[in-house]
Amino acid sequence: MIVPNERGYFGDYGGRFVPETLIGALDELTKAFEFYRHDQAFQDELKEWLTNYCGRPTALYRAKRLALELGIKEIYLKREDLAHTGAHKINNTMGQALLARRMGKKRLIAETGAGQHGVATATAAALFGLECEIYMGEKDIERQAMNVYRMDLLGAKVIPVTSGSRTLKDATNEAIRDWVTNVGHTHYIIGSVVGPHPYPLIVRDLQRVIGIEAKAQILEQSGALPDYVFACVGGGSNAIGIFHPFLEDDLKMVGVEAAGSGLESGAHSAPLCVGEPGVLHGSLSYLLQTEDGQIKEAHSISAGLDYPGVGPEHSYLRDQGRVEYISVTDDQALAALRLLCRTEGIIPALESAHALAGVVAQAERLKEQCVLINLSGRGDKDVATLAALEDKGGK
Amino acid sequence: MQRLRETFAKLETQGRKALITFITAGDPDLDATCDLVETLVEAGADIIELGVPFSDPLADGPTIQAASLRALERGTTLKKIIATVKKIRSRTEVPLVLMTYYNPLYHYGLKELVKDAVAAGVDGLIVPDLPLEESEELRRLAVDKLAVIPLAAPTTPDTRLAKIVAAGRGFLYYVTVTGITGTRTSLPKELSQSLDRVKKIAGELPLAAGFGISTPEQARTVGAHADAIIVGSALVEIIAQHGASAAGRQELGDKVKALRRALDAV
Ligand SMILES: Cc1ncc(COP(=O)(O)O)c(C=O)c1O
Repeated sequence: MIVPNERGYFGDYGGRFVPETLIGALDELTKAFEFYRHDQAFQDELKEWLTNYCGRPTALYRAKRLALELGIKEIYLKREDLAHTGAHKINNTMGQALLARRMGKKRLIAETGAGQHGVATATAAALFGLECEIYMGEKDIERQAMNVYRMDLLGAKVIPVTSGSRTLKDATNEAIRDWVTNVGHTHYIIGSVVGPHPYPLIVRDLQRVIGIEAKAQILEQSGALPDYVFACVGGGSNAIGIFHPFLEDDLKMVGVEAAGSGLESGAHSAPLCVGEPGVLHGSLSYLLQTEDGQIKEAHSISAGLDYPGVGPEHSYLRDQGRVEYISVTDDQALAALRLLCRTEGIIPALESAHALAGVVAQAERLKEQCVLINLSGRGDKDVATLAALEDKGGK
Repeated sequence: MQRLRETFAKLETQGRKALITFITAGDPDLDATCDLVETLVEAGADIIELGVPFSDPLADGPTIQAASLRALERGTTLKKIIATVKKIRSRTEVPLVLMTYYNPLYHYGLKELVKDAVAAGVDGLIVPDLPLEESEELRRLAVDKLAVIPLAAPTTPDTRLAKIVAAGRGFLYYVTVTGITGTRTSLPKELSQSLDRVKKIAGELPLAAGFGISTPEQARTVGAHADAIIVGSALVEIIAQHGASAAGRQELGDKVKALRRALDAV
């Protein structure tokens, strides 16, 4: 089956659950995307920016010391942390900003959790001379202060969101409200493979570059495909980006969700592991929700994973059994972060540390395997969080 | 659903416009909701919209967001709201419609929901995040028992509007502004013309205009070009200030009476 279908469904998941006001804009976006997806001039321009501005292709690095430490045969890291602005998020925002420009939109808005998507959107806006406003939960503004300052430097306006859990979910609500109000001249750059059709498709298409590069690089370096691919899953864009080009290949894929304080604590962000299908932010997908269908607040030490929903394609891949979804706790992620710092001299983002922690947790079954990990971003933004933990006498 | 049809038919023979009033169910609590509905009806409301509180009301402005939060904090659930409708039904035959985001319905189970809502005396559903393409199953289950009331917006092209009207029941909810709920000091200049255009396409389906209407002045202007007007945030603001106290009910009643008078002067 080719997914998504023309209504944006990946099997049972996806669709367009938005106010009528936005349907016209989504139709316009679908049309523009379908056109420019096959437009050579557009693709050439995007490639040019990704190469000379964003630093693509990003390196594929064989992490020998980490592999030795874990007793795993081979580990390769796809270094999205080396992309301009420090995470994979730039792949999406460059593409969408170019699209917005072609559609004649003058203003970009976005939601952000970790601030990486906000920074990547602000960067594209600065580069193309577009107005830019970023919605960010108050709690995330505190824990990702460095990225707030970066957005400010880049000329974007950061709007604090004080409702609900004051994190990514609420920032997304507020961004959608802005879009409903200013839909005429504004393009909403969603930061992950979530939201109404065509967003999950657009963001996947723009993030596939990760997997396409990684596949060619690993074939060149090791002469074979990996046995396993690991990625962390917040909304799911870095995971889909690296998984998608490998879907037809004979290998296993593992998506790692944030178990926060532990699945049994209820304070986590693992809808694929323990959620139920429902509708949030425009699409039908697995969700953390109450018995009454209210959305539950998520929890993760990583702001970029602190979200009660997930992209619809992941729900589909979960039900199909094509991708296995597991979860690791805050503590496991912190330990994995430190491990990578010490063994390889790389400070990963807390989000990416979840993918590493997934590998650590499964090291036993990976002994004889070649493992590819998507290192989705760098950890500079998280040092304040880590330092605060140390002050508290934490790990 | 029959109640909606009869109400519009009766008003038409009287040459009057319908006044549709919105309050959030469970704000300040569900017992108060019963009393507040009585106040609204006594003051001249023709149709009652009860908002089902949702954790993430992305089509709503600050006023209704805050009301949803208050209601949720009091433990309001869709099940309890349906039970409350049953109570209200023992007192009045006023048409009652639920305005709710889709997830609570979906999670309840659409089939169960339709059955329970109809049994309790709910006449229709307005689901702001369920556009035409996604509402097929709900419409199939609700057919002839519960009106799935469609929404149209200033951004809806005529060809699409015609399809929305064809699938719609109860009335057409025309969103007057490109935006979210909340009171506004001014409505779009071209609103009257838009309503006239929409009215032609709506044909037999009564046309109700909502979002942003709060003053008698606005009620009169908009009412001249629609079959009904919908007022929400302006009423919810009164409840936010006074709850369901005697003073609050007095002020709410006065507000509705003022809107009623303005509408009857059209
Ligand atoms: C470095 C990094 N990795 C991963 C994520 C999670 O998003 P996604 O699951 O869409 O890749 C984020 C989000 O902010 C991030 O900054």
